[in-house]
Amino acid sequence: MAAAGAHREIEAVFRIESARLIAGLVRMVRDVGLAEELAQDALVVALERWPESGVPDNPGAWLMATAKHLAIDELRRKRRLERKHEEVGREMDRSDEPDLAAAIDDDVGDDLLRLVLISCHPILSTEARVALTLRLLGGLTTVEIARAFLVPEPTIAQRIVRAKRTLAEKRVPFEVPRGAELAARLSSVLEVIYLVFNEGYSATAGDDWMRPALCEDALRLGRILAELVPEEPEVHGLVALMEIQASRSAARLGPSGEPILLLEQNRARWDQILIRRGLAALERAEALGGAQGPYALQAAIAACHARARTAAETDWARIAALYQTLAEVLPSPVVELNRAVAVAMASGPAAGLELADALTSEPSLEGYHLLPSVRGDLLAKLGRHHEARKEFERAASLTRNERERKLLLDRAAACAR
Amino acid sequence: MRFMVLVKANKDSEAGVLPDAKILTAMGKFNEELVKAGVMLAGEGLHASSKGARVKFSGGKKTVIDGPFAETKELVAGFWLWQVKSREEAIEWLKRAPFEDTEVEIRQVFETADFAPSDPTGEIRKSEQKLRETVESRKR
Repeated sequence: MAAAGAHREIEAVFRIESARLIAGLVRMVRDVGLAEELAQDALVVALERWPESGVPDNPGAWLMATAKHLAIDELRRKRRLERKHEEVGREMDRSDEPDLAAAIDDDVGDDLLRLVLISCHPILSTEARVALTLRLLGGLTTVEIARAFLVPEPTIAQRIVRAKRTLAEKRVPFEVPRGAELAARLSSVLEVIYLVFNEGYSATAGDDWMRPALCEDALRLGRILAELVPEEPEVHGLVALMEIQASRSAARLGPSGEPILLLEQNRARWDQILIRRGLAALERAEALGGAQGPYALQAAIAACHARARTAAETDWARIAALYQTLAEVLPSPVVELNRAVAVAMASGPAAGLELADALTSEPSLEGYHLLPSVRGDLLAKLGRHHEARKEFERAASLTRNERERKLLLDRAAACAR
Repeated sequence: MRFMVLVKANKDSEAGVLPDAKILTAMGKFNEELVKAGVMLAGEGLHASSKGARVKFSGGKKTVIDGPFAETKELVAGFWLWQVKSREEAIEWLKRAPFEDTEVEIRQVFETADFAPSDPTGEIRKSEQKLRETVESRKR
């Protein structure tokens, strides 16, 4: 085995095993920071031994046993230290050592779920949750996370260190909650995963490849979570939404990286495997009674597009109805604006404009370029070119994206002709 | 990145003999691991080549050849499509598969980003953009 090759092979093994390893260790030592250190130490031992001995048949078990021994050493060392400090020959509570051994044979699924929930604990800032989740569960290095989020590496490293410290200081409970509490905690996890996905999805063609790769990381985390809590409909809803959105990645950017609108995309370039997976995940969410969940509803809307073989075949009436339900579940002016677009497609521009007009007094949409952009589009379709032009110009002045600004100014100019 | 894992045919698979319960259980467990790890995108087993056919293209002429086909070891009997971080990860997963006497091939699947090397400097994209701008300016 060439040294570099062996190194890469061991790293690949570690990437597969690290989340489970850390998850098992967290249950033993009840400290995320220490668990990760122990996992890393076990990797160091593997890097020393495996190039000569070869990778063992069950590398996961080997790493876990090694980390466990390191954990017990650490525990003993700590106790010796405590005893020295106190100068009291207190009896070591030996009883929890056998527990340690028994503990690692428990259900791996519960361990992983615990680690997910802790990494996305509401006590942490969103940024910290993202960094910790990608590090501990996605197996990304701090360098990779930093590159993907366009921030300096020390910033990410610090975020992770602080997050671990916060978890230790606030004595976050390690028990996996059940029922309604689990659902509440999961919503924080789903938020983190979708945020990671969108970070990757919004990356443009010129960006570092680490950014688009975030979509794959998020999808993988979502798929793992779906198997950890198969009874939770919204997890399947989120996976469905991400699978279907990801199915369009090859079609959504033009040759020079300019965005191509959904209805103008070449549907032959949509990934049918991801669409099929997305539709299956959506079915699972619906079968579990989760059709009304915010992620499932957004997935259902995305599915309407995915099912239409051509843009003209899109079931706009169903999309409009789904947006209506979504607006009830998750009231938001942005959802309302999307509904206006769907209604315009289903029932004509006048009906859509009526809904969009009602949003002009909405303070949260004041600087949102898509409102004047949608109104401009609908006004133009109604032949009200003078008003449309003003709206496009206003939208152009609000967007921060150069390409979009140009597109909007072009449309404004077209209205003047 | 995605990898296609190609499982080769053998005498049994070509004879239409299904694997025994022990192998099926082991394979089921392995598939479950792949799903739980978020690696598995798709995977199917294929019927014997006797149920398949080949279409030969030669100078615009098309000839249909019905199965079975002789060179068993060259035939594909099943495939997986995996989503992994690296070629090494794909290899590690494959090593965990419950096969005994066979050879399994891993091939990377082309994705959009892979086409970037055909335009490494971005020259083609740049010239296209220029062309667009020229067309736009003439419109005005």
